[in-house]
Amino acid sequence: MSEEIYRFRLFVAGEKPNSLLAIANLTELCETHLPGRHEIEIVDVAANPKRALLESIFMTPTLVSVMPYPGRRIVGTLSNTEPILQILGLGPAQRRDFPGMKDRHASLLVRQPD
Amino acid sequence: MTAAPVNDEKLSTEKRSTKTPTGITGLDEMTGGGLPRGRTTLLAGGSGSGKTILGLQFLANGARHYGEPGIFVAFEETPARIIANAETFGWNLEQLQPKMLAFIDAQPPPDLVQSGSFDLTGMLIALEEKVDEMKARRIVFDALDIMLALLPDAAAQRREIYRLHAWLLEHELTGVITLKAESSNSGPFGFMQFMVDCALILNHTMVLGVSQRNLRVQKYRGSSFDENESPFLIGSSGFEVAVSRTLGRSDVEVTNERISSGVARIDTMLGGGYYRGASVLITGFPGTAKTTLSGAFAEAACARGERTMFVSFDSDANEVIRNLGSVGIRLERFVDDGSLNMVSARTITGSAETYLVRIKTLAKAHRARCLVVDPVSTLSKSGNELTAHSVAERLIDWSKAEGITLVCTSLLDEMAGQSEAGSPLQISTLADTWIHLNYVVQAGERNRGMSIIKSRGTAHSNQVRELILSDSGITVTDTYTAGGEVLMGTLRWEKESAGRHAAEAATVAARLDSARLDAEEAELAARVKSLQVELAAKQSEKLVRARSAEIHESELALARERMSQLRGTDEAPDLPRVTR
Repeated sequence: MSEEIYRFRLFVAGEKPNSLLAIANLTELCETHLPGRHEIEIVDVAANPKRALLESIFMTPTLVSVMPYPGRRIVGTLSNTEPILQILGLGPAQRRDFPGMKDRHASLLVRQPD
Repeated sequence: MTAAPVNDEKLSTEKRSTKTPTGITGLDEMTGGGLPRGRTTLLAGGSGSGKTILGLQFLANGARHYGEPGIFVAFEETPARIIANAETFGWNLEQLQPKMLAFIDAQPPPDLVQSGSFDLTGMLIALEEKVDEMKARRIVFDALDIMLALLPDAAAQRREIYRLHAWLLEHELTGVITLKAESSNSGPFGFMQFMVDCALILNHTMVLGVSQRNLRVQKYRGSSFDENESPFLIGSSGFEVAVSRTLGRSDVEVTNERISSGVARIDTMLGGGYYRGASVLITGFPGTAKTTLSGAFAEAACARGERTMFVSFDSDANEVIRNLGSVGIRLERFVDDGSLNMVSARTITGSAETYLVRIKTLAKAHRARCLVVDPVSTLSKSGNELTAHSVAERLIDWSKAEGITLVCTSLLDEMAGQSEAGSPLQISTLADTWIHLNYVVQAGERNRGMSIIKSRGTAHSNQVRELILSDSGITVTDTYTAGGEVLMGTLRWEKESAGRHAAEAATVAARLDSARLDAEEAELAARVKSLQVELAAKQSEKLVRARSAEIHESELALARERMSQLRGTDEAPDLPRVTR
């Protein structure tokens, strides 16, 4: 496991149940998989609509990865951690466990430090 | 008393303000003024049915003509592509941006990863920002189905549709949501149908290989609308919906003005010519001089200084001009001075609707007062039969509304017999004047016969005339009726000259007769004279004879007396008298 810092930006719309759920899920995920090496910025588009327009946030909540895979987006309440971990190159997944995996995921896995 | 009209006006203003004009030809007429203001309109149709164009035109017209800024939310295509695709329509989208028209690229990224549920609140917040910034009045969500497809279930889709609908109502935006839908009542489409205030359905079908596009207003809450499916066309300036009769259109002004048909005798036959604004149908088999007659009309119109358009489906403009030139109809000068627009529509392919829209657009651009469509029967070529009749009807309807005098020719199928009613077009019932041309085959030659089958509101001759084409133009002559037979062409000529010969011969014969009689009379008179002379001779001879006999007698008596004196005889009483 490298000591790379993961930076996230989470866009939510107001203090609605799905906003709160997303925040809680992200926090939990980070605590579990990236203890001590993550930064989370939470943007409430209701309070900051210009940013939503600027960054084309149409579905909320949206998680944008700033580092190390800039621009990757995950929409939803983040209740299903599996795809998130795959994208972030975390998780327990091994390359041979996913023979049908798409190339971009495979390349992510290549970059995954052992 | 003055209160009532004021109220009425107020009402009508209010009524008008509940609709947002789309500025799209035909659509505003169908809906009685446009889409419901501040409400949501669903625009559904299959792929390639023209949803995006209609939505974009709604915004472009709003921005250009009604001063209403609009936002286009694109879920399916990039705004750049949409703008590029619409470039040919001449809406000047670049000039409208960013103040009057804005595009929001809301395409979900192709590699979007989903984890758990989401909603569209973010989009609405972003849009709200944009709406406030632009003071937008109109908004179009193009291909909402793309976004809805990301939602996990029907319940979530409904929830988001509700959210969107409520948002639109709250902001009093006139919204158009386009949705791909092949069949009705399925999925989000069926649900939205019930929710929205107005639903338009576009469909695009192929009939015998000819593209037919139709638009239908499926529902419109609180308003009357044209419920029929109306054909539409995506033309050079965008959407055009063909509506035959616009709701509440007042009757067209009619006139008693007559205009020349271009052939003096036909004018006489019609009692003065065609009515201005009338629709004239000229039917006939190929080669019966339909084009020539319509060309004569065009020439006469141009000579009067009226702008005229000649649409030929058969041949190129130059060919038409050359061919008509051979019968003394010279159109070139009018093409040169710009009063005549020759349009060869041979190159136009597509539905009858396409033709009609093109003709209308061109005629409008030319400001034509007279229009020739040669032949209108092209409209009903394969694949168009279903719509051709209504198209012809609309052509006539439109030309009447515009006050354009329309002359159209219609080709009759030789096999179909002489009744135009047998053709799919059936415009003979709609036309005001119907001139029929046909061939009369007699003694091995074909001649052109012309008759006026009907002419509304004009007294007209019911006689079949012969149409003669020559270098100097068209002439119409009376046919020769002999012994119950109508003769035309050389037969007529022969009969006519034979008649002339016979009359001459009769005169000569009469003269000869009278001379002979004179001679006989003279001869008889001469004979009478000679006989009289002979008679006189005989009479005098007779006289002479009588005298000489008398003399002889008296001499004999004298002699006898003398003898008796000499003999001294007495009287013998019964002595027979001796005579010679």
